[in-house]
Amino acid sequence: MSIQAWTYLIVGLSFALYIGIAWWARVGSTKEFYVAGGGVHPVTNGMATAADWMSAASFISMAGLISFMGYDGSVYLLGWTGGYVLLALLLAPYLRKFGKFTVPDFVGDRYYSDLARLVAVICAIFVSFTYVAGQMRGVGIVFARFLEVDVTTGVIIGMALVFFYAVVGGMKGITYTQVAQYCVLLFAYMVPAFFLSIMMTGHVIPQFGFGAELTDGSGQHLLQKLDGLSTELGFAAYTSGTKDMIDVFCIALALMVGTAGLPHVIVRFFTVPKVRDARRSAGWALLFIMLVYTTAPAIAGFARLNMIDTINGKDQQGTLYTEAPSWITNWEKTGLISWEDKNGDGRMFYAGDERNEMKIDKDIIVMANPEIANLPPWVIALVAAGALAAALSTAAGLLLVISAAISHDLLKKMVMPHITDKQELVAARIAAAVAVVVAGILGIYPPGFVAEVVAFAFGLAAASFFPCIVLGIFYKRMNNWGAISGMVVGLTFTIAYILYFKGVFMAPMAENVKANWFLGISPEGIGVVGMLLNFAVAMVVSHLTAPPPQHVQDLVEHIRVPRGAGAAVDH
Amino acid sequence: MSQRDDSSGQAYWRANLRVLFICLAIWAIFGFGASILFAGPLNHIQFFGFKLGFWFAQQGSIFVFTLLIFYYTWRMNRLDREHDVHED
Repeated sequence: MSIQAWTYLIVGLSFALYIGIAWWARVGSTKEFYVAGGGVHPVTNGMATAADWMSAASFISMAGLISFMGYDGSVYLLGWTGGYVLLALLLAPYLRKFGKFTVPDFVGDRYYSDLARLVAVICAIFVSFTYVAGQMRGVGIVFARFLEVDVTTGVIIGMALVFFYAVVGGMKGITYTQVAQYCVLLFAYMVPAFFLSIMMTGHVIPQFGFGAELTDGSGQHLLQKLDGLSTELGFAAYTSGTKDMIDVFCIALALMVGTAGLPHVIVRFFTVPKVRDARRSAGWALLFIMLVYTTAPAIAGFARLNMIDTINGKDQQGTLYTEAPSWITNWEKTGLISWEDKNGDGRMFYAGDERNEMKIDKDIIVMANPEIANLPPWVIALVAAGALAAALSTAAGLLLVISAAISHDLLKKMVMPHITDKQELVAARIAAAVAVVVAGILGIYPPGFVAEVVAFAFGLAAASFFPCIVLGIFYKRMNNWGAISGMVVGLTFTIAYILYFKGVFMAPMAENVKANWFLGISPEGIGVVGMLLNFAVAMVVSHLTAPPPQHVQDLVEHIRVPRGAGAAVDH
Repeated sequence: MSQRDDSSGQAYWRANLRVLFICLAIWAIFGFGASILFAGPLNHIQFFGFKLGFWFAQQGSIFVFTLLIFYYTWRMNRLDREHDVHED
C-alpha cells in the first residue's frame, strides 16, 4: 500500500473512533458539559490532561526546536513539565475543593468582584483563542502535507470533527476522546523513536540510546559525536548552548508558572470526584507527559546527527544534490527545506557559519523523521494521525474554556443570572459552535502575530492567573483591590515589554537583542518579572485597603481542608 | 469543617506548608539547580554516556518532577488522615 493509502486508512480509523466516543458520551446538563459530571477517574483524567496539554507544537515542533537549540532547548522540557509540580502542589487540590466550573468562577468568588471576574474572563478567552488558532493551523498543515488537500479544506475537516464532539459531548465527550487521542499520539511518537534508537545505537529504549555508543563503528557516544560535529561546523556545542544563564532560568520559570496558570489545564482538575484525586491525577498526567517529553530530546539528538550525516555526507564533504535522498526533494516542495549552491560545487552543505547552504525548518525533524530513517509507510501514516490527535485534543480543551467563559461566567454569572440550566446548556453549545468557527477562520487566515503570541500566552498566564490564584489560596488577607491591581500591573508590564521588542500590531520599538533587554531577560522569559510585580503590587495594595469580608475568609479556610468536597456544585 | 476546632485546623495547615516547602525545594534543586545554575560543573561528571548537567536538564529533572508529585500525593493523604480532615 502507498503512504497515502495508509494515511487515509489510519487517520480515517482514528477519526471514526473519536466520533464514536463522542456520540456515546453526549451530555444533558451543564455540569456534564462543563466538568464531565465531576466523576472522571484520576488516571483517566491524567491521560486526558496529557492529551489536552500536548499540542500540535509539542508533537510537531518541540523535538525540532531542541534539535536546533541543543541544551538551550531544555527550557521547553523543564518548563512544560515542571509546571505540573506547581499545579499539583499549589493549585489543583484547592481549586477542586472550591468545586465550581471555571477559573473565572474562582477569581470572581474569591475576590467578591465582577470586575475581577471580567478580567479573568478576558484573559481566559484571549489566551485560549491565540492558542487554538495555532492548533487549527496545525491540523490544516498536516492534512496538506500528508493527504494532499489544501490547508483550508484540512482546517474545515478538523473544525467539523471538533464541532461534533465539543458541541455534542462537552467536557465529557472531550475527556474520553482525549484519552483515545493520547493513545494514538503516544504510539505515533514512540514507534519512530524506537526504530531510530535501535538503528543508531542498538538500544530499544530511546532514553538509553540517547546517551549510548553509536553502532557506526566510530566508538563515540551519540552526544560526544554531536558535540564534536557541532563545533566543527560552527555551531555551539550541542550540550552547552548559547543563551545566558539568567535568560534560560527566566524562560524555564516563566513556562512553568505559565503552564500552571493555563485555564484549559486547570479546568481538567475540576472533573475528578475528590481532592485527593486531583493530587493523584496531576501525578498521572505528568507521568503520561513524561513518556513523550523524555523521548523528544532523544529524537532531537538522533535526528540531528542523521540529518548532518545525510546532508554533509559521512566524510563531511557535502553530498551531491543529484544524489540527494528522496525526502529532501519531497520536503523541498513544502518549503520546509531548501538548498542554495553558494560555492557552486553541486554539493549540499549544512553549517553554522558562512559555509552553510541549507535552510531547514524545525518542523521537519518530527514530520520527516520516518522518511529520513527509511521507515515503512505505515509509520509515516501514524505520525500524521498522531499530529492530528495532538492538535485536535488541545483545540477541543481550549474551545471548552472559551465556551464556558462566555455561557457560564459572562452570561449566567453576570448578564442573565436567572436562566435555567437547560437554557445555559443551549448557550454553552452555541458559544462552543461559534468558537469553533472563529478558531477555524483564524486557522485559515492566521494573523501574522499568532506564532509570536502563542509563546507569550505563557508569559501572560504567568503574570496574571498564577499569582492571583496562589495568593487567593495561601494568603487570606488578599482582597479584591490587591488582586485586580496585581493582575493589571503584571499584565500591562508583560504585554508592554513584549510589544516593545516584538511589535505585534506595530513596528517594534527596539531591536530584540540581548544588549537591549532588561537584566538580560528576553521577552520569552519576562513573564517572571511580570509575575513578581503582580505579587508585590497585590500584597502592598491589599495591605493599604480593607481586608476581605468574613464569608470570603471562611471560603479560604474551607478550601484549605480536603474534607467536604462534594461533586462540583451547581448554582 | 465546622466540627473541627481551630487549633487542629491551624496545625494541619502548618504541617501542609512544611510538606509543600520541602517538595518545592526539591523541585527547585533539580529543575533549576542541577539543570541550569550548576549544569556547568555537573557536566564534568559522566553519567551513562551523558554529561550529568545536560542529563538533568533534558531527562533527569522530568523523572524527579513526576516522582515528586506522587510522593506529595502519598504524604498529603497520610497528613489528611493524621489530622482527621480526609474525605469520606
